[in-house]
Amino acid sequence: MNHLDRSDPDLLKKLLKRIRVYAGPPLTIMEVCGTHTVSIARMGLSTLLPEGVSLLSGPGCPVCVTPIEFFDEAIYLAREKNVVIATYGDAMRVPGSGATLLEVKAEGGQVHPVYSTTDALNLAIKNKDREVVFLGLGFETTAPTVAHALLTAKKQRIDNFSVLSAHKVLLPAMEALLLDPEVKVNAFLCPGHASMVLGWRCYEELASKYGVPSVVAGFEPHEILLGINMLLAQAKSGGVHVENAYPKAVSEYGNTAALDILGGVFKKVDSNWRGLGLIPGSGYDLADDFAKYDAREKFLKGVEIISAEPAGCRCADVLRGVIPPAKCPLFASRCNPKAPVGACMVSSEGACGAHYRYREA
Amino acid sequence: MCVAVPGKIISIDEELMATVDFGGSSRDVSISLLEDAAVGEYVIVHAGFALHKVDTKEAEQTIALMAGILDEPPRPE
Ligand code: SF4
Repeated sequence: MNHLDRSDPDLLKKLLKRIRVYAGPPLTIMEVCGTHTVSIARMGLSTLLPEGVSLLSGPGCPVCVTPIEFFDEAIYLAREKNVVIATYGDAMRVPGSGATLLEVKAEGGQVHPVYSTTDALNLAIKNKDREVVFLGLGFETTAPTVAHALLTAKKQRIDNFSVLSAHKVLLPAMEALLLDPEVKVNAFLCPGHASMVLGWRCYEELASKYGVPSVVAGFEPHEILLGINMLLAQAKSGGVHVENAYPKAVSEYGNTAALDILGGVFKKVDSNWRGLGLIPGSGYDLADDFAKYDAREKFLKGVEIISAEPAGCRCADVLRGVIPPAKCPLFASRCNPKAPVGACMVSSEGACGAHYRYREA
Repeated sequence: MCVAVPGKIISIDEELMATVDFGGSSRDVSISLLEDAAVGEYVIVHAGFALHKVDTKEAEQTIALMAGILDEPPRPE
């Protein structure tokens, strides 16, 4: 069976052919993962699907779902509190209400791109006389790495380190989409890496409660095509299950060590999402035991920050799959990767950014 | 943000920091979020942390899934 190795040049064709002969009930599949968005856009997959089958990008890009007030808080900290901001590079280019962190850096503010929370902690260790604030954003994939950094900071008494958390809980957002009358989704291509932590069984309740077939898929073209094939097979047979098309990376119950520290360091709170609004229990804030390392407790008590989304940006609709990026009037005109108006254009994983890059293909 | 390709652990220090090789380029990666990991094993890394250990049995399951899908003859077009 080794001829079905991914290096088989015919494999993609075979998998695609099976998708194209699908004749079953109409299916609108949403992917909830920035890396899927990029891979699907690069393949030009949306144009190859048979009638009745469509693909939508959901709220899977971490910087995209993070609401604008978070970036305004970070900019305030850099400007007014003179802290060192440590963050993933993407977040530096997301427009806040008046500026980006990159612009704050150009003004002389201390904003450091880091690759991991380990780098951010090292920054704090090396700059004992400065306060280092790490911008915690993303889903269950990044949140455990932040939890680990906070445990290390506590153990080693690195008291000049804190976290501004905008971490998100994946499942309540998927449920919110299913409850949204404007969103027409009846199957999920579940994210590869968040599932690596959460385990594939986590989708079972959602799948059975709302009758949505769900398949966890990897990121390479053959892995995505496999996932879609499995969803179509379910739809054709009328089945509703959770299946794992990515056994290489995703187990039944996920990474329990990561889930344990996630639960120990964070507490679930109601949280605001770009596009989806306030969703109960959908955010991770630092647990009370870690208040000392919570940048909001430390620097933002009593501070009121007023935020406004950029005029004309349709990120809110793009993130819910209500419109494709090209339907935004600013797409590829006033809004492009060099001058992004909204967060969805900033990240290469954002639906607008990915569609812009591969739109000729 | 996601690096989908597994990397191979080359060395591990006492702080659970590992050097991981991704087809020729190596990176420092924390393995503190894995129950156990050893030199020579393959891991999937996200934001500087190894989050999953890949074993050959799991990799073979993908091949079996593909075979399952493809062995069914496609309906005529
Ligand atoms: S194209 Fe730009 S302005 Fe329009 S929704 Fe996307 S990010 Fe917002």
